[in-house]
Amino acid sequence: MTWTLVVMLAAGAYACKAVGFFVLGRRALPPALERCLALIPAAVVSALVMKDTFSTGQDLVIDARVAGVAAATIAVWKRAPFVAVIVIAAGVTAGVRAFS
Amino acid sequence: MRSHALLRDATLRPVVTASVTLGAAVGVFGISFGVGAVSAGATVLQACAMSLLVFTGASQFSAVSVIGAGGTTASALGGAMVLAARNGVYGLTMGRRIEGPVGRRLVAAQLTIDESTAMSVAQDDVAAQRAAFWITGLSVYVFWNIGTLLGALLGNAIDPMTFGLDAAFPAGFVFMVWPLLRTRRGRIAAALGSLICLALVPFTPVGVPILCSALAVLVGLPADDSWPDRRPAT
Repeated sequence: MTWTLVVMLAAGAYACKAVGFFVLGRRALPPALERCLALIPAAVVSALVMKDTFSTGQDLVIDARVAGVAAATIAVWKRAPFVAVIVIAAGVTAGVRAFS
Repeated sequence: MRSHALLRDATLRPVVTASVTLGAAVGVFGISFGVGAVSAGATVLQACAMSLLVFTGASQFSAVSVIGAGGTTASALGGAMVLAARNGVYGLTMGRRIEGPVGRRLVAAQLTIDESTAMSVAQDDVAAQRAAFWITGLSVYVFWNIGTLLGALLGNAIDPMTFGLDAAFPAGFVFMVWPLLRTRRGRIAAALGSLICLALVPFTPVGVPILCSALAVLVGLPADDSWPDRRPAT
């Protein structure tokens, strides 16, 4: 982790917020663009789930994390609170890792 | 400041309670961010600086996740900035509602995130919308940063792999993405984003698959009526 990343991300993230707040003012975005922007978290956060579950660096791998994330997904589906989801994911992963 | 008057207003009490509760809940996310950030090689100071200055959770998690996997600064920045772009839309919504001197609006811009915007647009009248924005934004800011500090200190004290904490990030991402899968368009974007990511992992530098997964948002281009949902989004 570099300070360059921290500073550039801070500047970039603030710029994104401020563009909408100050620059665009009362103008509306084209509806198609607004629909696409609204889908960013669904697309990118899902990709992050895949990357953090099935990859190590540039290798696709199946290891203890898969069991942990699968258990966490069931917990989310059953409407478990955030803390429970994290504890289940970590616990199952640590358990599978310890016994394999 | 206005918010003192807002806190005394009895009609706004439910808004205040809901906003502070939400802020406290976000504090738990902050802890998991702190733990993950130091596991990925950040110092406690860097983790805290990120939460204080960047202050948009999904982008921070994304950047740390890419760095933790060995990605470059540029690739970590790319994915995180794509996620940060949605705050521009929130700024558009909130900029119309939040009034006052430039200094106050500059602070308001930093507080323009998922939680403050969602809590604000859920209110009926303008006074409640403003109160919900400020109280949620400030309470999330305070709890998110306290959580980050606690998590970073905790992460320094334990071995993340032994405790399975490398699975905490993807589990947290599942929790974040779940409500977005209610619409058909959201599900298609999620499936496409996942596929793009997995297909690119072996062939591109770490972080690039995350950036490219954003191409899945193009399913938002066709007009709404051409993508009927089988059940209405709630």
